[in-house]
Amino acid sequence: MPSLIALVVGAVALPAVTILIVAAAEWVISHLRPKAQRRVRPWVWLSLACIMIAVTLIYPIVVSLGLSLRGADGSAWAGFTNFIWAFGTEMRPILLNNLLWLIVFPVGVTAVAVLMAVLLNKVRYEKVARVILILPTAVSFTAAAVTWRQMYTYAPAGRTQLGVFNAVLQAFGIEPVAWLARPAGADQWMNNLSLIMVAVWASLGIALLIITAAVKAVPQELNEAARLDGASEWGVFLHVTLPTIWPSVLTVITTQIMFALKIFDIVYIMTNGNNGTDVVANKLYNEVFRNPTNLGHAAAIAVLLLVAAIPVLWLNLRNMRKEGLT
Amino acid sequence: MASVTFDHASRLYPGSTRPAVDQLNLETADGEFLVLVGPSGCGKSTSLRMLAGLEEVNSGNIFIGERNVTDVPPKDRDIAMVFQNYALYPHMTVAENMGFALKIAGINKDERASRVLEAAKLLDLEPYLGRKPKALSGGQRQRVAMGRAIVRQPQVFLMDEPLSNLDAKLRVQTRTQIASLVRRLGVTTVYVTHDQTEALTMGDRIAVLKDGLLQQVGTPRDLYEKPANIFVAGFIGSPAMNLFVAEVVDGGVQFGTSVIPVERELLSSVNAKTVTIGVRPEDIVVSSAFGEGLPVDIDLIEELGADGYLYGHADISGKRTDLVTRVDGRVHPNAGEKVYLTAKPGHLHLFNNESGERIGNKPVVTA
Repeated sequence: MPSLIALVVGAVALPAVTILIVAAAEWVISHLRPKAQRRVRPWVWLSLACIMIAVTLIYPIVVSLGLSLRGADGSAWAGFTNFIWAFGTEMRPILLNNLLWLIVFPVGVTAVAVLMAVLLNKVRYEKVARVILILPTAVSFTAAAVTWRQMYTYAPAGRTQLGVFNAVLQAFGIEPVAWLARPAGADQWMNNLSLIMVAVWASLGIALLIITAAVKAVPQELNEAARLDGASEWGVFLHVTLPTIWPSVLTVITTQIMFALKIFDIVYIMTNGNNGTDVVANKLYNEVFRNPTNLGHAAAIAVLLLVAAIPVLWLNLRNMRKEGLT
Repeated sequence: MASVTFDHASRLYPGSTRPAVDQLNLETADGEFLVLVGPSGCGKSTSLRMLAGLEEVNSGNIFIGERNVTDVPPKDRDIAMVFQNYALYPHMTVAENMGFALKIAGINKDERASRVLEAAKLLDLEPYLGRKPKALSGGQRQRVAMGRAIVRQPQVFLMDEPLSNLDAKLRVQTRTQIASLVRRLGVTTVYVTHDQTEALTMGDRIAVLKDGLLQQVGTPRDLYEKPANIFVAGFIGSPAMNLFVAEVVDGGVQFGTSVIPVERELLSSVNAKTVTIGVRPEDIVVSSAFGEGLPVDIDLIEELGADGYLYGHADISGKRTDLVTRVDGRVHPNAGEKVYLTAKPGHLHLFNNESGERIGNKPVVTA
């Protein structure tokens, strides 16, 4: 019965109310002078989107801010203890893991995408090669994570290796590697790199697409002029191609930084943060849905993520403004 | 500085059956200003790009000085090129654009700056050295492109229609500036244009191309007075030379009701009943006696101040033929009227109907 009510509200009432509001607004607008009509109409339609955003984004943010200052069950006032906890000994290795993600992942994706895009522009079977490289974009992160976990599977030396990588290593007589399962400690960064590798693989396609478009837009004469000016192919890349595609590179880097900030699915599925691979978003999830639940901790993490995203967003917007997009 | 030699150089684009440049043989002397001219698709730009190393040479050779550069990459050819759209580096200032080649060559900052400044002074670019290309006018960008080439002090300048993005007035102005600048520097220059006026005014020598084949090379005067074939005759000169088929008669060629006398010697080398004659607009006159010469209906009179041009059509052996002739700018017949035109004796170019080749080797000098 409740589901039926939800269906009625969601599928009938909400659209009906939306249409009614717009119709009413349009009726009001039609009585305005033409000049005023032109000014008001966009706001009527925009306001719908603004209200939706307010309900689904601003309200949760405010609630999270409130929760982050309260205790585990969300009632008692706790001051800044949650934030002190968020930078304490429990969280520090997790923050460091995220930092590793923040650096290696965007740089890895962007560097590989730029390299591939520039090289693809020079080969004959470019289209085929590009399709192959972009294909992983079609795979969901969850599916990619599940598949790669299989590929990383480890069994001790001498046993049948079910993971692709270790099977290959063993075939060449090399010791199998515990890609995801090195014990937490000095070697845990290797586990993290294995995870980051999956994210790079899954994100490369879209980055490649954006960078390829930029590389294609570099006028051929610019490259020719640089060659005639005595530049080697590397010089052409460094002095002409890279500066020209830089806005796109920046867009890719900032988007991937945002992605690294909130990375969750790959870690959750492949290691669930074990073996020293936990990341902030996964920790947030566990604080909410695992015993013991601590809403205060979770909210504090959410607030930190939001704050961390702001400079990146600003960078992205500034880049867009420079390009005349805003 | 050096000479430039194309030796049977050909370029066949993949998937094409006809070469874009076919067995080009062309020599440019040290310090010479050579213009490659022709209609679009004639292979002039391709030839230039072959010289630059931007286009593969499928057969034949290209030399810069004594050096065979056929397989030398562009960066090692020591040439500078001015592109049609200038190809300035958008993220660099004017000074950086001009100094880029020197930077790549590893020349130190001070010398770079002084050479850039020197070129900037030459081109009146000093106030703009700190600007990006985006903040420059078309003419200024053009000068920066020139500056970038000059700073290099290369062996050869290559220019690919560098004036075609400028407006008409600026084009005429820049035309003379480039020509005098390049002569002053004494650098061998190969210049591509589709504009025959540009070719005539700028070049020491002009090479006319059509369909990838070299038609004629010579001084502007050679080309004007002694075009080697019908194509060159029609291409060089503005308005274009009048070309039509005329009957060969005793002592000359038939021109309407009158006969234009042609030297016996020249006439004897015509082995056909008809011949294609070419007469420049300035060599046709409106005959004083009505009924004498070629009857022409006037379509339009173009008044250009001192001079005017009469555009009309005549019926020549059953075919409507358009004709142009120069007339006085003030005193002239009017559109709609019928006049009789006749050619000045001794001012006819004769061409073989079949091959289109010129008959006789004597230049036709316009009085």
